[in-house]
Amino acid sequence: MKNNGLLRKLKTEYIGGAYSLICGILIIVLTLAVIVFIASQGMRTFTVDKYSIIKFLTSTNWAPGASKPQFGALIFIIGSTLVSIGAVILSTPVSIAIAIFINFISPKMGEKVFKPALELFVGIPSVVYGWTGFVVLLPFIKKSFGGIGLSLLAAIIVLSIMILPTIASISTDSIKVIPKEYMEASYGLGATRWQTIYKVILPAAKGGILTGIILGLARAFGEALAVQMLIGNSIKLPKSLIDTTSTITSVITMDMGGTVDNSPWNDALWSLALLLLVMSFAFIIIIKLISARGEKR
Amino acid sequence: MKSKASDKIATFIICFLSGFVILLLASLIIYILYNGRGFINPNFLFSNPKIGESGGGIGPELYNSFCLLILSLIITVPFGIGAGIYLAEYAKEGMFLNTIRLCIETMASLPSIVVGLFGFLIFVKLTHLSYTLLAGAIAVSILNLPSLTRVCENSIRAASKGVKEASLGLGATKWQTIQKIVLPSALPQIITGIILSAGRIFGEAAAMLYTSGMSSPNLNLSASITSKASPFNVLRPAESLAVHIWKLKAEGTVPDATKIANDSSAVLVVMVLLFNVLSRFIGAKIYKRYTGER
Repeated sequence: MKNNGLLRKLKTEYIGGAYSLICGILIIVLTLAVIVFIASQGMRTFTVDKYSIIKFLTSTNWAPGASKPQFGALIFIIGSTLVSIGAVILSTPVSIAIAIFINFISPKMGEKVFKPALELFVGIPSVVYGWTGFVVLLPFIKKSFGGIGLSLLAAIIVLSIMILPTIASISTDSIKVIPKEYMEASYGLGATRWQTIYKVILPAAKGGILTGIILGLARAFGEALAVQMLIGNSIKLPKSLIDTTSTITSVITMDMGGTVDNSPWNDALWSLALLLLVMSFAFIIIIKLISARGEKR
Repeated sequence: MKSKASDKIATFIICFLSGFVILLLASLIIYILYNGRGFINPNFLFSNPKIGESGGGIGPELYNSFCLLILSLIITVPFGIGAGIYLAEYAKEGMFLNTIRLCIETMASLPSIVVGLFGFLIFVKLTHLSYTLLAGAIAVSILNLPSLTRVCENSIRAASKGVKEASLGLGATKWQTIQKIVLPSALPQIITGIILSAGRIFGEAAAMLYTSGMSSPNLNLSASITSKASPFNVLRPAESLAVHIWKLKAEGTVPDATKIANDSSAVLVVMVLLFNVLSRFIGAKIYKRYTGER
């Protein structure tokens, strides 16, 4: 009888509970596996090939095919930084405007038009963004600003559209949770809507909006194919917005398939991948710090 | 009066920017569809690509995209739901839960190219199998797991609020309650989440470049299952449609590469639209069934 009860309990409770626990553990294992494998491969540049990590991060001399190969990755680091910061600068004001529109001007339209529209923006594949930018934006930039079309500017514009939904939807949510009393108090004091938004709502939603911006930044930093299609992939620092350059992701995409396994060149590309990984940790830590500060207040 | 005027101006600017974004999206989608209108042609959708001459199709690529989608959903859904159940129902506050949450956040913010490289390292280099459909599907699953887990957790949490205690009170075990009561009522939201993620999987390319590869052997139904030409072999290289667009741009070995890329982009956008509409439709339908409305 006792045995029977155990069997039944096993069937009705333990198996299910254990299964869900395993799934939870799997997530931890997967994350650790990604970190360990990328890190062990990415550290080879510094441990096996004995290239200096400081030179890797601070030199612009990228000559992986030379007889005495050089792996200064600063060009790519600067390229990625410029592209993602540019995209955020373009995207943030528009995203905040949308968040305000959805919350204050027309919540009904926000629900019916903007939410589905933002979902669609997210859904459009990045290669399609890249390709459309290539077909539409490049001729336009070439005609209006000169240059060859392929440029930092093209990548920035396309990325700004790609990260818009991220920033907009997080800003919208963070404005939505601001207590109604804040607004009522401000209106009661005779403030106009814009004064209320500018002086009360935006400061109160600052943490959430900042989180959105960082997530957008992270997405722009890690985006590979759309950027690779538009930025020109020249190994040099850009002289202007309409000049070509490379990013961390674009050089990985271009070269990874063509290099020999475990050659110093290949290892350097893995080091770049590790750098991407480290950057995405950095973004998470920044977000954690922001939300911790928000809770303390 | 100054503050009133600035209020008006600010309202105008906000409306203008918001309208601009909607207009941008609408014109973007209309442009892509119009520019790639040639895709409505069975010859293009189902025939093999050609090498060096124009008039090729995207048959294998389109098929591969569907294979990758289905295979990766088969992998992700059970784990996503399981992890969602654990987080919503079983986990207790503490170190372990915090670790899982941190891991989900970390995974969610991984750039897709990094996930692709991880897949390349494990499933291509270590197994010596070269590029395979399965490797691509697993890489995309890793990319998709965190968001699906979150969707499942939230919908299970929301669904279990009202009904859980009633079920437990009637003597059901925790798992029975989850299985028979909570999961069915969380299902509409979960399905909506799955379909939305399907759109993302369908268009993903960066994670597949170095996992499922950039080549696609022409498929032959009568080939044996171990042959690379068999459509049912999961260990064959399987270039997806999104990767195909990228390759057309990067290499462009056919004279009509631009046209094929335009048309393929239109196909991808149509699929995304379709998944979006479908998720809304199915979500609403199941919701109605459960709430007893007609």
